[in-house]
Amino acid sequence: MAKKRVVSTTINGKSIELLCEPRQTLLEVLRDNLDLTGTKEGCSNGNCGACTVLMNGRPVVSCLVLAMEAEGASLETIEGVAQGGDLDPIQQAFLENAALQCGICTPGFIMSTKALLTENPNPTEQEARFYLAGNLCRCTGYDKIIRAVLDSAQRRQAALAAERQHS
Amino acid sequence: MATANNDLRHTNGHAKYKVIGTRPVRHDGVDKVTGRARYGADIHPSGMLYGVVLRSPHAHARIRSIDTSKAASTPGVRAIVTNKDLLDPGNRMVELGEGAVNLRHLNHNVLAADKVYYRGHAVACVAADSIHIAEQAAALICVDYEVLPCVTDVQAAMDPKAPLLHADLFTEELGKIGTKPSNIAKHFRFEKGDVAAGFSKAKFVVEREFKTSTVHQGYIEPHNATALWNPDGHITVWCSTQGSFTVRQQVAELVGVPISHVKVVPMEIGGGFGGKIRVYLEPIAAVLSRKTGAPVKVVMSRADVFEATGPTPGSYMKVKLGVDAAGLITAGEAQIAFEAGGFPGSPVGAAAMCVFACYEVPNGKIDGYDVVVNRPQMSAYRAPGATQAAFAMETVIDEVCEQLQIDPLEFRLKNAAKEGTRRVDGPVFPRIGMYEATLAARDSAHYKTPLTGKHRGRGVASGFWFNIGLKSCCTATVNADGSVSLVEGSTDIGGSRTSIAMQLAETLGIRAEDVVPAVVDTDSVGYTDVTGGSRVTFATGWAAYEAARDIQRQLINRAAQIWERKTEELTYQDGGVSGPNGLRMTFQELAAEVQKHGEPVVGRGAVDPEGCGGAFATHVVDVEVDAETGKVEILRYTATQDVGTAIHPSYVEGQIQGGAVQGIGWALNEEYFYDAQGVMRNSTFLDYRMPTALDLPMIDPVIVEVPNPGHPYGVRGVGEVPIVPPPAAIANAIYRAVGVRMQELPMSPPRVLKQILAAIHTSSPRH
Amino acid sequence: MRDFDYSAPTSVAEAVRLLNQSPGAGRPLAGGTDLIDQLRLGRHQPELVVDIKRIPELNVLELSSRGLRLGAAVPCSRIYSDAGIAQEYAALVDSARIIGGVQIQNRASVGGNLCNSGPAADSTPSLIALGARAVIAGPQGTREVPVEEFCTGPGKNVLHRGEVLVELRFPPRPANSGSHYRRFIPRNEMDIAVVSVGALVELDASGERIKSARIALGAVGPTPLFAREASSGLAGRSPTVETLTEAAQAAQAIATPIDDMRGTKEFRRHVTGVLVRRVLEECVQRARHPA
Repeated sequence: MAKKRVVSTTINGKSIELLCEPRQTLLEVLRDNLDLTGTKEGCSNGNCGACTVLMNGRPVVSCLVLAMEAEGASLETIEGVAQGGDLDPIQQAFLENAALQCGICTPGFIMSTKALLTENPNPTEQEARFYLAGNLCRCTGYDKIIRAVLDSAQRRQAALAAERQHS
Repeated sequence: MATANNDLRHTNGHAKYKVIGTRPVRHDGVDKVTGRARYGADIHPSGMLYGVVLRSPHAHARIRSIDTSKAASTPGVRAIVTNKDLLDPGNRMVELGEGAVNLRHLNHNVLAADKVYYRGHAVACVAADSIHIAEQAAALICVDYEVLPCVTDVQAAMDPKAPLLHADLFTEELGKIGTKPSNIAKHFRFEKGDVAAGFSKAKFVVEREFKTSTVHQGYIEPHNATALWNPDGHITVWCSTQGSFTVRQQVAELVGVPISHVKVVPMEIGGGFGGKIRVYLEPIAAVLSRKTGAPVKVVMSRADVFEATGPTPGSYMKVKLGVDAAGLITAGEAQIAFEAGGFPGSPVGAAAMCVFACYEVPNGKIDGYDVVVNRPQMSAYRAPGATQAAFAMETVIDEVCEQLQIDPLEFRLKNAAKEGTRRVDGPVFPRIGMYEATLAARDSAHYKTPLTGKHRGRGVASGFWFNIGLKSCCTATVNADGSVSLVEGSTDIGGSRTSIAMQLAETLGIRAEDVVPAVVDTDSVGYTDVTGGSRVTFATGWAAYEAARDIQRQLINRAAQIWERKTEELTYQDGGVSGPNGLRMTFQELAAEVQKHGEPVVGRGAVDPEGCGGAFATHVVDVEVDAETGKVEILRYTATQDVGTAIHPSYVEGQIQGGAVQGIGWALNEEYFYDAQGVMRNSTFLDYRMPTALDLPMIDPVIVEVPNPGHPYGVRGVGEVPIVPPPAAIANAIYRAVGVRMQELPMSPPRVLKQILAAIHTSSPRH
Repeated sequence: MRDFDYSAPTSVAEAVRLLNQSPGAGRPLAGGTDLIDQLRLGRHQPELVVDIKRIPELNVLELSSRGLRLGAAVPCSRIYSDAGIAQEYAALVDSARIIGGVQIQNRASVGGNLCNSGPAADSTPSLIALGARAVIAGPQGTREVPVEEFCTGPGKNVLHRGEVLVELRFPPRPANSGSHYRRFIPRNEMDIAVVSVGALVELDASGERIKSARIALGAVGPTPLFAREASSGLAGRSPTVETLTEAAQAAQAIATPIDDMRGTKEFRRHVTGVLVRRVLEECVQRARHPA
């Protein structure tokens, strides 16, 4: 067996050294080595988006990343989205818009939405649908998810405006 | 009280209710948006081993031998199991909650015995220290197969010359067992009135044939099971299931222990839609744990889920409908043949009961055929069988309407089944809402807005599903702070903790947020049937209502003691107990009081209700067809449905939207694509093609409320019927858009284009 | 997944050395969106995976008057985030924007898409249409191959053992030209092309006559195809519907599609004609009205 290697990476702002096999995917290491099971496995071939995490700020499917590739990277998972005991506006919008049923796709959608709103703070419905096409949901028909995403954008804008007024 | 509105969003639509009809945040919501919620694959008991299943590469083969020696000697491998490690439970039928199953077939499906019946059929399973070792070892198991010819198509399998799957399967022909083995497991018939006389009264008769493809539930979470077999013979199973008690029963039967020795811990479940009732991995994990003494987890790959779990059957159907000059149905005839998969037991019975159920059909005859083929064993999927049947019936109706020159919704209103209508298969409807749901569609903003543009068309269709009642239990403990801890056995697949808690809260006059619901294991709550059949909000909600009534009675007793009054003088109302001369204690006050003195207040509800009331839906869809490629775009979609009473309107809407979109998936692209060797060629989400967010518009749900007289709050099941109308509605819309009648699902671009080109060819032969 | 070792060299020479040194097959890893899935399925069983993303030359993305240099490991999202490239090499950006979903585009590279050599690769028709050349480094030094000659069969290409694709070089966009890539898929995203077409159309200064054209097809043969005759037949003609339809028919003639779960032969041949016409129309539009 190929030797296990040490990978130094940052996950949700915390520096971590991991010992893993070259063949382990980032998804496997997150879930099995680190017990960060909020990142879900739906297909393991990059087609469902349930395992979406942010790698250096950009969404990737962690089933198609080797853990070795995380060396020096900064990773963010669903466990890092709520800050200091408060939900992120995206999480709050998903709850209030009833944008989840079974909830298995929800972490992936929230990670993708976070990336979308960073790149495009005020997306149209079509832009949101395009950006989220890599995340499958079988329960909701997407209607309430898209509404939650558009609502998140507004909440973020409002929060930013409030911050500006404050400062 | 037919309220069709989209504005329930933040208001309470029910003047008479305080909690029902509001939209609280679901109780398990924070766990699910933060990634804290634990689904089946998320647990890692200490010392856990990983299991990997070896599956058949062949669609049909006899197993001559299985040699596990090489695999067993791989370092890190702890145990290997085959069918020999399961108990043969005998040739017996058991009820799983949404369909019965033959236990021997179940056993042979979990791990193949002497034959494999489909590609992906489980043959053996390895437990090892890591998933990678288990995978490598599984590949080292040598199975000697005698490959047999296969048959995957339902019509081909019915041919007497077709390869025979089971030498001991004799057709049950109208109740009598036949003498020759055949792939037709069963042929049954429903009849009502005089069909020949009915057709002779018809002015218009339309008869058409239809085919549909095998379709998967497509839940995002793969099947998983973790089991620990303790040395004392007690087994704990952690899994994602729609029914922890049915898993308990199936595991007990297949490994040969009493049900009390099996504890099933239902983890959060990532979608099921009927597909997570039957067991696949749980007994395997259990026997691997017995052999190793360690907990063993087995998780399916996505390809395993497609190839080896229970999708809904493909079908061949023929429907004939007669209508008189006044536009009333005079007779209907249907033949429906369903793929059962490798073992008998397709939902063709339900399809036969549903095919004419939306309408008053005075004379009818329905023949059903359950046919084994070399595909995975079919299972329940959201209104099992009804969608296939509606595709046939509702497109035939559209043709009839065209001949009659009548608006298709007017036709449905005229012929709608109502209270007192007797279905062709016998039962008489109680108060139902087919008429109201269709009226809401006719009066919707969507239907009233003309559709313009080239290659665009509008279609409508209706659908029916029975819903079921079955057994449910709840216990509810009053806490000193005025809250209630609610313990329930229904696994929560889409917000049912909240819809159940809301019924308890309504009954006690407290807030939904004051209820703390918990879904618990099979040792910790009374027997509860599956989360399926659109039954949980109906039946488990009813159990919560009964638990609340029990609490009311106990609180009245306690208030009577405190006030030194007779209980008959006191009533429970508006969230508290009231008595003569302005005596009054709120629930919160009583909760604090009872904590100080006397026994705790614990309510119980245990129900097995009849009267679930049928669900009806009518959908309206606008499409645009690219006439050069056959690709269909959904422009606008409205789904009306009689839901009885909407407990939590957001989650009612969510069920309607989600069901409609699954139906859109069936309609346009979803199918099992097999090659000649019976190998599924598209067992990935990439090639199976479920709809993405970009394939859809918003889905407008119209909630119609015809309260179900068979439930304390008028609840009807909601979840299943919305999948029924979409394929037919879209087929009818395609016809309006480009003039071709689609009689095969999915209506994928190559199929639609073929019809368009054929139509051009027919209309202008020199073209 | 089968066991393998991993290395992340920082120079082309080191990568080439590692790929040659590995006793079993070595396999370069760029975005991994094809490779990691293939490793899981056992379709490739290398002993060494060579991660080439830390090599500077493979991350070059340089637009200049001499054209475009696109490092083989540059992910799709970097390509379409560059406004200059979007303007000059529209077909390439059309491709980069629709390979998988956003998560895939943040990893998948056009170089990897080419080396995976799938007949339905979304970027290859664009590369052919835009006249890109593949720069390959190996033990014997560096060589260049026109992209239309790169793929030799499904999953097969001209790379020898130990060779690495370093970059793709594009000539400058001709004046008055427009390019476009489009595919037919049953869904609107997240699908493999059933038929795809990339094209470049160069008009004369008047905008009324076609000076030159390059049409490439995907998913209708064992490799992406350069429709040579259909392309050259357009030179000197006015871009009318008739002309473009003729080119579409000429392109259809070289298509040798198969029946599979993604479409039938007849369907693919028919849609090839439809798409070629539509893509050429869009190219003409873009040539006349640059974004």
